[in-house]
Amino acid sequence: MSARLRGYALFAGVAALFLVVAPLALPAFRLDELAKYLCFAIAALGIGLAWGQGGMLTLGQGVFFGLGGYAMGMYLKLHDAGGDLPDFMVWSGVDKLPALWKPFGNPVFALAAVVVVPVVIATLLGVLVFRQRVRGAYFAILTQALAAAFVILLVGQQGLTGGTNGLTNFYDFFGQDPEADSTQRTTYFVTAIVLGVLYLLARQLVKSRFGRLLVAVRDGEDRVRFLGYNPATVKTITFAISAGMAGIAGALFVPVVGIISPSLLDVVPSLELVVAVAIGGRYTLAGAVLGAVAMNYAKTSFSEQWADGWLYLEGALFIGVMTLAPRGAVGVYEQVRDAIARRRKPVPAPPTASEVPA
Amino acid sequence: MESLLNQLPVGLSIGAVLLLIALGLTFTFGQMGVINMAHGEFIMAGAYTAYMLQDWFHGQAVIVALPVAFVVAGTLGWILERAAIRHFYGRPLDTLLLTWGVSLVLQQAARDLFGAPNVQVTAPSWLSGRVELLGGNLPYARLFIMGLATACVVGIWAYMNRSRQGRRMRAVMQNRELAAVSGVATGRVDQLTFFIGSGLAGVAGVALTLIGPVGPSLGTYYIVDAFLVVVAGGLGQLRGAVIAALALGMLNSYGEFWTDASLAKVIVFVVIVGFLQVRPQGLFVLRSRALT
Repeated sequence: MSARLRGYALFAGVAALFLVVAPLALPAFRLDELAKYLCFAIAALGIGLAWGQGGMLTLGQGVFFGLGGYAMGMYLKLHDAGGDLPDFMVWSGVDKLPALWKPFGNPVFALAAVVVVPVVIATLLGVLVFRQRVRGAYFAILTQALAAAFVILLVGQQGLTGGTNGLTNFYDFFGQDPEADSTQRTTYFVTAIVLGVLYLLARQLVKSRFGRLLVAVRDGEDRVRFLGYNPATVKTITFAISAGMAGIAGALFVPVVGIISPSLLDVVPSLELVVAVAIGGRYTLAGAVLGAVAMNYAKTSFSEQWADGWLYLEGALFIGVMTLAPRGAVGVYEQVRDAIARRRKPVPAPPTASEVPA
Repeated sequence: MESLLNQLPVGLSIGAVLLLIALGLTFTFGQMGVINMAHGEFIMAGAYTAYMLQDWFHGQAVIVALPVAFVVAGTLGWILERAAIRHFYGRPLDTLLLTWGVSLVLQQAARDLFGAPNVQVTAPSWLSGRVELLGGNLPYARLFIMGLATACVVGIWAYMNRSRQGRRMRAVMQNRELAAVSGVATGRVDQLTFFIGSGLAGVAGVALTLIGPVGPSLGTYYIVDAFLVVVAGGLGQLRGAVIAALALGMLNSYGEFWTDASLAKVIVFVVIVGFLQVRPQGLFVLRSRALT
């Protein structure tokens, strides 16, 4: 079997696992939790693209996740209120619907905003930052500062955003009862399918000429510039795509979990996503996705047992991965696979394309 | 107008705290390319040092704690450098993530050792007054912090420009390879820089006990702003750090005054991105012929 066929077979296998086996085997409650992990996996896919392929360490994906989530939440809130003010606005003494909220009563506008708003903001930031050749650590610090500022803004504008509580208490998801098992199943399937489609699209992008250019920018930005390409454009487009993915992830998160609040978007959750990608293996998209699912699963099950211990474990896991296996679980797997192949065939193998200089 | 002047000392003292924190960061970042996210936890370690010393020194704990916290936080930083960071030189983004893991562990350790609730350090009685200045009230504690920051800047300046060890440090910062072939033990210089940088975080932590309670997540409140100071000031630039810290302090204080606290941070962010349009590498840049 060719490597390409094997790749598709593997993808089909994993898809079947998530679309057939998991819904049959898991109770609705666990399935809903799995849907939550898949939301994070969508955001992680964007990080895999921007950081793993493009070398842009973005520590502010929570911002774009939040923008998507709030766009969705605002629509649902307005829909529930049915022409009146959303409940939290009444509590914080707002007497007129703010102008910012008005268009979100329209579901088409809200769904478009889920992708468009993060993409526009990321493009704007990307143009300003990458054109000036601000990169590497500077970029990481800026995105982190953006996340911090965004959360403070959300918490401070109580009447506009619901403050610390965020947007919650939804009663109607496009005509479905959010508490019903059937709704939870539907949102699970939608999330899983969206993840699958986005994964295939991202994979296609990575394999395209653009993807090669992106990796070239990561490994030698100046050389790419000397060859006549504009690295800033490549980076901005990729950053915008990854922001759009985070936006979609946030929008799906709202019906799955039933809340969007600042604490989900802060510096720490944004970093935790990056951690998950690193542990899974940043240089492959599959590693990013699997890392996000596995890390969030581990976090939930571990926190149920021993909440305080999780932070020790997460920290230790992270230190361990960064020191011993910077290419993550996928890297370890590839190393083991190559070692076995070498033992079978004593001819020294040429360096594979996936090998990246440290 | 009077309230406008009132904000001036507030901004200056915010700037002084940021400066104390950013001083250490700018050298570890500028010299070694290490983005130390655990720097915030060294601040916390310094603050808890003052808290511990209270048992013996009561009201004067803060003064005693300044040198002790410098050594405690410096030693923590030195251990971190020896145990992990030295394997990461040349991979700045990886150090960011690595040290974030370290900071998670340290925060949880503080929670287990000292408890999750905030604790209070009693300020010396002679710092409890306030002085009338420019029509505003300036607490002595804030004045003390400004003095401390000034002393630290002068000390660092003297160290860098007047001592042999400081000259080696500047050499490594400007060109590591050339310094190494000229006989500078770069590894040892790195250790010392990390010790001093982390120690300054400890001093900043003690200063913070004067203006607020101490908790396990103390460092996280300041670390993002401190990194912005480094970015805006330029890597490893003492002058840049001083100007950027004061400007950021002012911007924070006047931003909160004119709009509200939640918008101030957004304004700061926009101003910094705007500033990077003019000076992408910060206020002052180390001239070199290297491409990147």
